[in-house]
Amino acid sequence: MDSITSAASVVAAGLAVGLGSIGPGIGQGTASGGAVEGIARQPEAEGKIRGTLLLSLAFMESLTIYGLVVALVLLFANPFAG
Amino acid sequence: MVPLSFPLPFAELEVGRHLYWQIGGLKIHGQVFLSSWLVIGALLALVVAGTRKLERDPRGAQNLLEFLWEYLRDIAREYIGEKAYRDWLPFIGTLFLFIFVSNWGGALVPWKLIHLPSGELGAPTADINTTIALALLVSLAYFYAGLSRKGFRYFEYYVEPTPIMLPFKIVEDFTKPLSLSFRLFGNILADELVVAVLAFLVPLIVPLPVMFLGLFTSAIQALIFATLAAYYIGEAVHEEAH
Repeated sequence: MDSITSAASVVAAGLAVGLGSIGPGIGQGTASGGAVEGIARQPEAEGKIRGTLLLSLAFMESLTIYGLVVALVLLFANPFAG
Repeated sequence: MVPLSFPLPFAELEVGRHLYWQIGGLKIHGQVFLSSWLVIGALLALVVAGTRKLERDPRGAQNLLEFLWEYLRDIAREYIGEKAYRDWLPFIGTLFLFIFVSNWGGALVPWKLIHLPSGELGAPTADINTTIALALLVSLAYFYAGLSRKGFRYFEYYVEPTPIMLPFKIVEDFTKPLSLSFRLFGNILADELVVAVLAFLVPLIVPLPVMFLGLFTSAIQALIFATLAAYYIGEAVHEEAH
């Protein structure tokens, strides 16, 4: 792999994870905030809210994981390595 | 493919290095087969041991299996619906148990003690081939579920509520297996990588909380895979109440 390709791959891998975690981070914050509000308003529904929250948090987390998969491909299985 | 390995004191992290088996013109990843056979064997042993002598008051393994069955039945019933869930409970249950035991087995069993000529044993779900196979099975399952229950009326689902939705629903058929497989693969591999990098930096104690977090997320991922499979099947068999 020539040095330009490897440098670009490393930068792109960092950007893929870094930029990719902004959106899910905001989303997880909003979702958790909503869940806390729901629990404060209706403490008896805590179990149900927690289950739904965990499931939806994992969905958002998987968006970051897509970025991570791209980063891993660039680092370990780079198609442009030639 | 650039095989890369970090020399670590306790565990070696290898990405892209496999134990290749040559079968005909195919090169297959042997370590994935070995570890998934071990997982399947462990599950079979548990189920056989738990159902050998059934008692009215369940104890031990039978109790655990009944708990699991009820848990999986609740997932299937909630997402597939009262009418069709019985047909799909075995499929959903198998997916959940296989993924769950694979994930936890990959994290909890000291695989490093078993030496392979190349590559190392680990969670079968940390290989993208396994997760893609599972996700394609889910795709086949929901097509089969929809077609067998509704016949060609199944394709009405693509133009509901308006025909404008047609391209989106077709694209959805491709993105469903893609996101299912990448989500599982990425999560499990990311757990392993994070633990390995932390163990590389600080070999003692510090990686432990991350390991527990990894166990938690991999259990959640098994639940999500099973839930989504149930949801897709339920979407396919769902009857519009006219």
